[in-house]
Amino acid sequence: MAKISRRSFLKAAGSASVLPGVIGAGGLGAAAEAEASETTAKARPATSGYLFFTPHEAAFIEAACARLIPFDEVGPGAVEAGVPNYLDKQLGGAWGAGERLYRNGPWQAGTPSQGYQLPFTPAELFRNALRGVEADLKAQGKAQGKGFTALSGDDQDAYLKSLEAGGKDLNGVPSELFFQTLLGMTVEGYFSDPAYGGNKDMAAWKMIGFPGAYASYYDLVDQHGVKLARAPMSIADAPPMEHMHQGPDIPAKL
Amino acid sequence: MAQRLKEVDVVVLGVGFVGSIVAKELAASGLKVVGLERGDPRDTVPDFQGPYVHDELRFAVRKALMQDNTREAVTFRNNAGQTALPVRRWESFLPGTGLGGAGVHWNGQTYRFQAADFILRSHVEERYGKGFADPELTIQDWGVSYADLEPHYDRFEYLLGTSGKAGNINGKRVEGGDPFEAPRARDYPTPPMKEHYAGAIFRKAANGLGYHPYPQPSSNLSQPYTNPEGLQLNTCVFCGFCERFACEHYAKSSPQTVILPVLLKNPNFELRTGCQVQRINLDSSGKKATGVTYIDAAGREFEQPAGLVISALFSFNNVRMLLLSGIGAPYDPATNKGVVGRNYAYQTMSSAQAFLDESININPFMASGASGTMINDFAGDSFDHAPHGFIGGSYIGAINTNGRPIEYHPVPPGTPKWGKGWKEAVARHYNHTVSMTIHGSSMPRRANYLDLDPTYKDAWGQPLLRMTFDFPQNDLKMAQFVTDRAVEIGNAMGARVVAGSPRKGPYTVTQYQTTHNTGGTVMGADPQTSVVNPYLQCWDVPNVFVIGASNFAHNASWNPTGTIGALVYWAIDALKSKYLKSPGALVQA
Repeated sequence: MAKISRRSFLKAAGSASVLPGVIGAGGLGAAAEAEASETTAKARPATSGYLFFTPHEAAFIEAACARLIPFDEVGPGAVEAGVPNYLDKQLGGAWGAGERLYRNGPWQAGTPSQGYQLPFTPAELFRNALRGVEADLKAQGKAQGKGFTALSGDDQDAYLKSLEAGGKDLNGVPSELFFQTLLGMTVEGYFSDPAYGGNKDMAAWKMIGFPGAYASYYDLVDQHGVKLARAPMSIADAPPMEHMHQGPDIPAKL
Repeated sequence: MAQRLKEVDVVVLGVGFVGSIVAKELAASGLKVVGLERGDPRDTVPDFQGPYVHDELRFAVRKALMQDNTREAVTFRNNAGQTALPVRRWESFLPGTGLGGAGVHWNGQTYRFQAADFILRSHVEERYGKGFADPELTIQDWGVSYADLEPHYDRFEYLLGTSGKAGNINGKRVEGGDPFEAPRARDYPTPPMKEHYAGAIFRKAANGLGYHPYPQPSSNLSQPYTNPEGLQLNTCVFCGFCERFACEHYAKSSPQTVILPVLLKNPNFELRTGCQVQRINLDSSGKKATGVTYIDAAGREFEQPAGLVISALFSFNNVRMLLLSGIGAPYDPATNKGVVGRNYAYQTMSSAQAFLDESININPFMASGASGTMINDFAGDSFDHAPHGFIGGSYIGAINTNGRPIEYHPVPPGTPKWGKGWKEAVARHYNHTVSMTIHGSSMPRRANYLDLDPTYKDAWGQPLLRMTFDFPQNDLKMAQFVTDRAVEIGNAMGARVVAGSPRKGPYTVTQYQTTHNTGGTVMGADPQTSVVNPYLQCWDVPNVFVIGASNFAHNASWNPTGTIGALVYWAIDALKSKYLKSPGALVQA
């Protein structure tokens, strides 16, 4: 396949959603296309608009995301999907502060089957690990002190693999734990509802054919193998209370 | 200092499925009943409405409907030689909270156990001989028979409106149902769900191998239904946001849809939410409960005196409540004495994935929490175990419950974990894979148990429950055998690649498996090996009944909720026909 630009990809992803037989999606396809064009036109410079990451940290996060889920003809990369923005919001919010994380000591190293046992909140884990990465790259004399972003793509992959393989201590955070956390949250941001700041234009959903939050398939579930051709829907797009069916006289179907 | 409240007839701890059914029956019989629920009140409208309920990140990944483990966690170790550490985030199992309990976010998979399960030790010894089962397994009979429970299974299924196809009505085989099921008195209240594509592909392959595929019994309904309480349910629309989510359509049977509206109307019942029960109080003899002490959401402490206490909590919390209250002797694995915390069991979960041709659109997102096609040919005691050297089994099914992409993006073995290769594989296989659930029994063993943690505390300063658990060799052997059968089914689907993942040890709390945690307040006919008698009444304190999956003496091949429902109605029957007429021990120890 010919190499395509990010701009033309976004346009294609937008227009591909305007298909006949769209179910309950009205003019969403056209809206998505318009939004995609606008987004591309207004593409902001990297490493701006962050609330949690420092510019230095954001540069690493953007570069690492671009390697974890790269842009290509199959679909958007993590950066195009807005994953760094998702990470920034999650780490700066309740999740970053340790929401749903039991944080009473004493702190003891456990077995792998006992799971996470460090005192770090996700925000603290990232902060410490990112400092550790910088120090590690410096110590290795890589990229003349310019850090991860100055490495070639292949060298970035090799460095991420070294984190994944483990054994490095990133300011108290085992490098494999940092890598798995970063990868896990990158996948979250890539596939979560765009309301969270990633999965921009639902492009990751379009890539795999997931129809999103709007979900009512009574008439389709036994049409085996049917190709569902309609734009996905985000929580932000769906009208409130649309799916309520109170009373048996209201048919619970499309 | 606790404020002492006016005495009531009955206090029910936990207002989930068990609590709301018990409270409804006892309040209807004229008793004054208080229900104490630690979580929030919530209902279909306005709490479960679209579109915000369809949020995978919030509900499935961050687990918004689950117990807040910053306040109450569980500690875990694989064996008594290790130090148990807190499960700091729920992964392997997901205890629920709030009005309706786990009945709000469950899948709706509604099974009966086989007749052999209730007489497991006797049955295994009779069919395979006394030395057949691994001696480390502490299997035992339940003190109740399938025949005892059949009317109560029936009552629970009709309360829920469960959709399914009978395979055995009063001993008569019915085509299209499960030929291995114990006899039922009548068919399911509603016909089976529509079959999705993954189910149809599974059915064809399983039929070709001579197995007996049938539609998974589902309490997400195939058609509108009015239950015996007069409450109405709607048809499930296969939205794919079911388990871990609440249903906005009134299509999933939950306490909110099948019983709470009736209970909450009864002036004999009072619901109090935000109430964390600290302990069941006993009189100076230690043989009689006087009520409970709880702390409300604002931190105020109350004593609620009551003549009868029903512990209707999730299995872990039933066990912990008895331990915190000093009811029953705690189990000691070193001496094999004591009963509370004994016979903790789980579920042995394996899986297999069949990666199909790109021309086959599975549409995994068109699903319900309990829509699937499955076989019981290798479940329970459906097959001869003599050549295999293990007991128990697993059902295998194309139990496709969702296509939510953060957690569901299957890729074949050998796929890179990230980068271009990963992304291509995700896009290639997302809509072209049949995932099979291999849902296996869990046998209790002497070394697996629950007790109180010596170190870690909850937000109220009380010890956390400590779990000591690892898979018995018996169950790992079983998992391997049944996974091999599932891989054969995948191959029969014409898959390009079939990946089988039999459960391996050691047990880890870092991977989701199920929330089918059972045992710890086991029922039985012998007080040396059970906490409650066959009517679920505490041997030691007869005005305390404990009801839930904590009563299971082992966990069978199927999801537990149907059996919990049968036990609830069985216990209510004994309460109403025996206990209330003559309060006291229903069985002499």
